[in-house]
Amino acid sequence: MRPVSAGRWAVISLPYLWLLLFFLVPFIIVFKISLSDIRLGMPPYQPMLQWVEAQVVNIQVNLGNYAFLLEDPLYRNAYLHSISTAAISTLLCLLIGYPMAYGIARTDKSWRNLLLMLVMLPFWTSFLLRVYAWIGILKNNGLINNLLMGMGLIDQPIVMLQTDFAVYIGIVYSYLPFMVLPLYATLEKQDITLLEAAADLGCHPVRAFLTITLPLSMPGVVAGSLLVFIPAVGEFVIPALLGGPDTLMIGKVLWNEFFQNRDWPVASAVAIAMLLLLVVPIMLFQLAQGRQAGGHP
Amino acid sequence: MIGRRSFLITTLMSFGFAFLYIPILSLIVYSFNESRLVTVWAGFSTKWYGELFQNEQVLNAAKLSLEVAAINATGAVILGTLAGFALSRFRRFRGRTLLTGMTSAPLVMPEVITGLSMLLLFVAMEQAFGWPSGRGVTTITIAHITFSMAYVTVVIQSRLASLDVSLEEAAMDLGAKPWKVFMVITLPIIFPAILAGWLLAFTLSWDDLVITSFVSGPGSSTLPIVIFSKVRLGVSPDINALATIMVGIVAVGVVATGLYLQHQERRRERDVQAALASNG
Repeated sequence: MRPVSAGRWAVISLPYLWLLLFFLVPFIIVFKISLSDIRLGMPPYQPMLQWVEAQVVNIQVNLGNYAFLLEDPLYRNAYLHSISTAAISTLLCLLIGYPMAYGIARTDKSWRNLLLMLVMLPFWTSFLLRVYAWIGILKNNGLINNLLMGMGLIDQPIVMLQTDFAVYIGIVYSYLPFMVLPLYATLEKQDITLLEAAADLGCHPVRAFLTITLPLSMPGVVAGSLLVFIPAVGEFVIPALLGGPDTLMIGKVLWNEFFQNRDWPVASAVAIAMLLLLVVPIMLFQLAQGRQAGGHP
Repeated sequence: MIGRRSFLITTLMSFGFAFLYIPILSLIVYSFNESRLVTVWAGFSTKWYGELFQNEQVLNAAKLSLEVAAINATGAVILGTLAGFALSRFRRFRGRTLLTGMTSAPLVMPEVITGLSMLLLFVAMEQAFGWPSGRGVTTITIAHITFSMAYVTVVIQSRLASLDVSLEEAAMDLGAKPWKVFMVITLPIIFPAILAGWLLAFTLSWDDLVITSFVSGPGSSTLPIVIFSKVRLGVSPDINALATIMVGIVAVGVVATGLYLQHQERRRERDVQAALASNG
């Protein structure tokens, strides 16, 4: 057996233990509480294990919260609506982000870093305030409506705030940098001589793009889409600020169960159900991450 | 012609940048508006800035956020650098796959799930060991370190992956202890990445609303919590003023860091070239 140095052990175990305790164990607790009953008091859930007598433990497992999620159409609609909202926003993000990433990758080297910095800059400023900015732009007496009415194109303001449209805009706007950066990373690495060869052989640029550039950039497309889609499914701030009262999204439902109804067990069941929904996309993301990151055997 | 941008791409790219920057510009312009109705222009004024600096609630929250963000960034950089180092330099160890999973899942995990799970952990811990008693700065900082160290890990890992291992191996062959190799060789080379990781962790913490809302207690309102409760009541010009100040600080910070990193990179390239020249 090889002696394991103390230093190596310390380097691995410190972050390891931290993540086990504060990232993994919490999920087990969430699962446990999703199986318990609500009660009045603090904390507002029944303990799972109760000592009935000196040596008898009463284990209570309650699947009622999950049954409740299945019965009430509110939750099903919220899940479906979250997925469709996240999917549409991801697609829009891709449509706006791809030309940007492509354009930056084809810009002179000296300008590329500046353009990349411009893509990143909004990400460094407050997410909350950038979503807030859209309230001023989209509301009935906001920037767009004032502009259109000032030009005489419309007499009645178009209702944009508190609609699904506003939520799409908010998600696309907030997550665009996460789409552009992985796309840029794959497009920048591409060998330009492949396109030259195609052109020499008489291939139309559009066809060259579809048969060469696009397939080669698929890793970036997948990574960027997952980086947008997964967090967008559970998004709370954007539907809370830009969506209407009937914009059902699962992040908002969880938030309300927890903060308004103070029903911790149902909130936990909502979280576990959301996690089950996202397990496959999260695994795909990890696979993509693993392939990209170096240092693998 | 090939490899140059076409007119169409340039147009689409400009549209994308306009989309990114028009909202930020509108925030800035309307922060100087006289009228309380944020989007109706009524003349130039800086009165909202004055009002902002008299708002005790906002100032206290900003102070608390700065404190949490600085402690968080330092903790996240230490743990994230260790994790990034372990993942890129130790090829095989038990539970490597789990560590990879735990450092990349927080990047995409919806914040409501992370926030709820952290809170339930803190409540369970308090019941079992009496610590942490109640929720406040301690619980917020722990939660922030947990999700932001994942970002630091990615930054450090990708920097280490592109670093030539032979430098470290050479020092090792000459008899330097692993700890010394790390301090004298690895650390100075990855310092720009560590700085970038620190700033990233600082920003993530400074900006976080959802996770903080779950794990904060009464009397520990960070700046995003105060902003969110104000914004929910509608637009207000002093929030625009606050946004303008924050955009200004970030713009200066990002440009300064960018210039510094570019300077470092150029110096490194010069050093490499000088070393090669002296060998030849």
